[in-house]
Amino acid sequence: MTFELTPSQTVGPYFAIGLPWDAGPHAVAPGTPGAITIAGVVYDGAGEPVPDHLLEFWQPDTDGRFADLHGHGGGSELAGFRGFARCGAEVGDGSFELVTVKPGPVPAPASVGGGQQAPHIDVSVFARGMLHRCVTRIYFADESDANAHDLVLSHVPAERRATLLAQADGGDAYRFDIRLQGAGETVFFSI
Amino acid sequence: MRDEEMTEPRPLYSPLSDTPEAYVREPPGVHPPLDYPPYKSTALRHPRQPLVYLPHTITEVTGPALHAALDMSEVDADLTAQHDDDPIGERIVVFGRVLDTEGKPLSDTLVEIWQANAAGRYRHRWDNWPAPLDPNFSGAGRCVTDSAGRYRFVTIKPGPYPWGNHHNAWRPAHIHFSLLGRAFAQRLVTQMYFPGDPFFTYDPIFNSVADARARERMIARFQIHDTVPNWAPAYEWNIYLRGPAATVFEEAW
Repeated sequence: MTFELTPSQTVGPYFAIGLPWDAGPHAVAPGTPGAITIAGVVYDGAGEPVPDHLLEFWQPDTDGRFADLHGHGGGSELAGFRGFARCGAEVGDGSFELVTVKPGPVPAPASVGGGQQAPHIDVSVFARGMLHRCVTRIYFADESDANAHDLVLSHVPAERRATLLAQADGGDAYRFDIRLQGAGETVFFSI
Repeated sequence: MRDEEMTEPRPLYSPLSDTPEAYVREPPGVHPPLDYPPYKSTALRHPRQPLVYLPHTITEVTGPALHAALDMSEVDADLTAQHDDDPIGERIVVFGRVLDTEGKPLSDTLVEIWQANAAGRYRHRWDNWPAPLDPNFSGAGRCVTDSAGRYRFVTIKPGPYPWGNHHNAWRPAHIHFSLLGRAFAQRLVTQMYFPGDPFFTYDPIFNSVADARARERMIARFQIHDTVPNWAPAYEWNIYLRGPAATVFEEAW
């Protein structure tokens, strides 16, 4: 017997009383060698910052292994690696900052031809005014060789691929803005 | 499709990690559209470009053990026991199971809730409509499902409240639910409603789900047999996240 899905509803404006927690923006333990930050702002279709957004990030460690609930894919051996982060903004400037490590490459499924996927982070975007999450991926502009061979990126219209690239921003910092609508609209995926 | 694929169906879950290779694609019409003019805040917050098809890869079929990162205790699941005194309002039990669409219970998955108090007021600095705050009610809880996918909260029945979407707009009483599932592909944020709410007809968020039967799946059932005598009425709500794809489908590229 199969059952039917429970529908999505908006996260609303008041999720901050329940969802964020202090260490939420950290996908790695404090002091993890090679940690990076990825910072940015979420913008709406008028180019205004979205002050009440909730972002979630999911990724493997630098070896391409996940801290999966069931150990799928071998399991990360990086101490304190969670691979999941949650940034719940309640700030007027719509900004977020994720602390993590750069993900390693992971395999692509045989159904799409196999091989390796370029390093990437899956992102869920929630906000008041969004009745369902939007899903995007963060790739890295400084991984141009891997990106050139990534099957998912190859199916994104070439002129829009740059919206998925985190840009090096000095030291261990990267920059990744999310535009929900309009000029430079971020590529969102149907999953 | 080749003959052997028809006679030997692919196993749904990996025997080692109990993880599907891919999940069913979300059928059209179950989830609300991102562009839904009756809910005005969608206007500037929906993408206009078409979504790009993402096949389910290892990143989408894995998911976090978030409850291990959170310092959780039993009081997290009892929203009436988080302060020195009892909160005002109708004490209720909200319980159910988290399952996938194959009916498989999803164990060890985090369930988070947040809600208004009995007067319809959230303990949030942006909520300033003139209904009283309750010093004994924070309005947030979380728990982890057991081996049968069960969750259970004790809380106060939330009140309806007005909002600025249109003239005389009111939200039906609801509890926000956040489900992590077992995989990125299963992630769901939704709202649980109470049976017979008079505001259903007028609420664009509830009605953003076009299919009436799908809307019914957001409404809890009152259960006399689970009601705790002399203590608290019980509402049951099962949540269905998507299950494994039964066949290897043609990737839509």
